[in-house]
Amino acid sequence: MTNARRLQIAIPWLVGVGLFAVWELACRVFEIPPFVLPRPSAVFATMYDYRGPLLEHSLHTLFTTIIGFVLAVAGGTAIGLAVGASSFIYVGLYPVLIAFNSIPKVALVPVIVIWFGIGTIPAIITACSIAFFPIAVNIATGLATIEPEMRDVLRSLGANRWEILTKVGLPRSAPYLFASLKIAITLSFIGSVISETVASNVGIGYLMLSASSRFEVPLVFAGLLIVGAMGIAMYAICVVFERRMTRWAFRSQDLIS
Amino acid sequence: MPTGSFVSIRNVSLIYGQGEDSILAVQDLSLDIEKGEFVAVVGPSGCGKSSLMKLVTGLVRATSGEIYVGEERVLDPIRGVGMAFQNPTLMPWRTTLANIMLPFEIVDPHKRLIGRDRARYVAQAEQLLATVGLRQFGGKFPWELSGGMQQRANLCRAVIHQPELLMLDEPFGALDAFTREELWGVMQKVWIEKRFTGVLVTHDLREAAFLADRVFVISQRPGRVIHEARIDIPRPRTLQTTFEPRFVDIVHGLRERISQELTV
Repeated sequence: MTNARRLQIAIPWLVGVGLFAVWELACRVFEIPPFVLPRPSAVFATMYDYRGPLLEHSLHTLFTTIIGFVLAVAGGTAIGLAVGASSFIYVGLYPVLIAFNSIPKVALVPVIVIWFGIGTIPAIITACSIAFFPIAVNIATGLATIEPEMRDVLRSLGANRWEILTKVGLPRSAPYLFASLKIAITLSFIGSVISETVASNVGIGYLMLSASSRFEVPLVFAGLLIVGAMGIAMYAICVVFERRMTRWAFRSQDLIS
Repeated sequence: MPTGSFVSIRNVSLIYGQGEDSILAVQDLSLDIEKGEFVAVVGPSGCGKSSLMKLVTGLVRATSGEIYVGEERVLDPIRGVGMAFQNPTLMPWRTTLANIMLPFEIVDPHKRLIGRDRARYVAQAEQLLATVGLRQFGGKFPWELSGGMQQRANLCRAVIHQPELLMLDEPFGALDAFTREELWGVMQKVWIEKRFTGVLVTHDLREAAFLADRVFVISQRPGRVIHEARIDIPRPRTLQTTFEPRFVDIVHGLRERISQELTV
């Protein structure tokens, strides 16, 4: 491993540690009261003290996020294929999709609560509804940018629509799909935590809301850090999948590393 | 009415678009191609050569006139044609071998047989790769190959399912002169072996004269056949052939005919 490569691996950690150091120092130098901005050392101490409830609630959030994400992948792929495959569906559905995507999902939560009650189900639905859009758009883009010559080659061989979709459409849009998964997983976390904050009695969002109502600000920050960490972890998993499944789309980077 | 020729184009016109923006791409074009014949279509750029390709394969429907391939009138995309374009359009997610085996997965009866008899099909594909000088490269991805090698693979994909009709739209256009002339030889070798009916669209007159039995000169848009030349040079033709006086005369004749067209 070269020095440059070692540095590349170390830099994200160094930046993270550096940020915490600056934060800690700023809190001490300017004597910021802990209920405004707690010191990271205090946040980590709180994290340790409350490890039981934090683990329980964050695992619950992770669970709802992943379910919402998986549903978003399924739904987003289906909609993306439909929109990308037919210009009629594209013209008809696109305005509706954009309108739906423009609605702040936090405004949807009360409606979902009326339908399903509070708790896990609104969190899953919110996560799914916020994450499906980039997936659908990216799949549609992948399908829409198929080279016409490639389509002509298949059509002149006698391929039907299904064969064109499976032989060209799906592999061609795979890099777009995996790129969108990275966006979608972080959006899923936003969706589930928002929903838990508004209407739930479980999950890290609920824990942070109840902590802030008791002015336990370090616990709120502990929750925030955990959500961020889970986001990074899931993003990294998506990146690994992306590299595995669509190596051909990353050929230029392969040459460098 | 079929006329006995393998490909028969009868008084075909093609209009793109509608109203004031419409373009008359091809007008009253007629030509016949015998079975097993290799013809080239040359003409100034924008003369509707590529439209001709799409018309014959049924990818575009003629505005008027009739086209027959075999005994069938062409109204929809015809099946099992081999096609190769200037852009190799190989699929980057498939290895070269998997790329050239694509027709086996789509064309009857191969697509029903390939599941049971995969080894035989792979052997056939590897043998074809060896014919065009890509013996070692089946396992490589297309983007690991040079432009000339990609175009060889593209030719393999176009002919592997033994199509009766092969349509080539400037397949060597993007290559350097040395590679291009080398691939003429490869193309001729494959054609002599398989004897499919070939239609080559090109703007390279030497290429047309080297590969074809007959060369059609198409006018500026709207495209019509304005000249037909029979190339009576025995095969296999070599690069040496292209320096012989009769070859040079043929090329000069074609060039003159096209210059006249451009100055009119």
